[in-house]
Amino acid sequence: MYRSRIRVTLRPSILDPQGKAVGHAIQALGVTAVRSVRMGKFIELMVDGTTEDEARAATEEVCRRLLANPVMEDFTYELEKM
Amino acid sequence: MSGGVKFGIVVFPGSNGDHDAYYACKKVLHQDAVFLWHKESDLQDVDVVILPGGFSYGDYLRCGAIARFSPVMSSVTRFAAQGGPVLGICNGFQVLLESGLLPGVLLRNATLRFVCRHVHVRVENAATRFTRACRPGEVLTIPIAHGDGNYFTDPETLKRLEDREQIVFRYCDAEGAVTAEANPNGSIENIAGIINEAGNVLGMMPHPERASDPALGWTDGQSVFRSLLEEFLSRATGEPAGLAGDSLTSAGRGRR
Repeated sequence: MYRSRIRVTLRPSILDPQGKAVGHAIQALGVTAVRSVRMGKFIELMVDGTTEDEARAATEEVCRRLLANPVMEDFTYELEKM
Repeated sequence: MSGGVKFGIVVFPGSNGDHDAYYACKKVLHQDAVFLWHKESDLQDVDVVILPGGFSYGDYLRCGAIARFSPVMSSVTRFAAQGGPVLGICNGFQVLLESGLLPGVLLRNATLRFVCRHVHVRVENAATRFTRACRPGEVLTIPIAHGDGNYFTDPETLKRLEDREQIVFRYCDAEGAVTAEANPNGSIENIAGIINEAGNVLGMMPHPERASDPALGWTDGQSVFRSLLEEFLSRATGEPAGLAGDSLTSAGRGRR
């Protein structure tokens, strides 16, 4: 069993209005050190598999086919043996 | 009018434009219409499939992303591949993009706000089976109601869409000028609706079914449905264009 922790983020070329709005709110807080905000999704999967390669294959398939839309999003993930 | 064309309206959990579309087909156009439940894969021999507006599967993950995996969508994809006409409205447009039946994505509105109001769209291509009842450049007034209608695609795809006249509707002002002010959601090139290369799959953010019944005061949306009817009637009679849709036209054009 592996735990797969996935991050889905908007591609750099895609405008992120949600991140921008949160950025404005941070400015309103008075925290001036924050330069920019990008928002994304965090997804955790528990994956059956005895080898890391099996868990990797399953994770990548669901990311490619469902969790991320390649037109606008990228994904990264980490595997942890449970 | 007797039932010449059979419309199939897909119902996902969370669809809310399904009954409006059914009403437009059945009560305004007097055609045959059936609902197609998302778990069914039998399309019941319909002539046209409509993917209605709404919030299929709660818009979870991304709008339209889950609907794409429902049994009915496998059948709709096959139907489209065989040349069957498919009209995706609002959330239905999102489902078509997620299914890969149309290129691009719909991002969150640039304003971050849900927009619900009437807009003007210009008919950029009046030669499609969804717009043949329109004049080229005609300005239609149709309502929108969405939070994620900001069409985006990469420059190569955009160029291909433009070169092949696949951009069918653009947001414009009342005079038909395509301006930044007339763009309600930030869509690239003011795109409000596109068609696939084969010309049988159309996705649009505005709701033509909600501007169909003369009793509601807005009938420009009828053009989309009448276009589909004309197409089928001309095929049935073997005539090229035919049917101006007398009774419907007078109702449809009477407003202004």
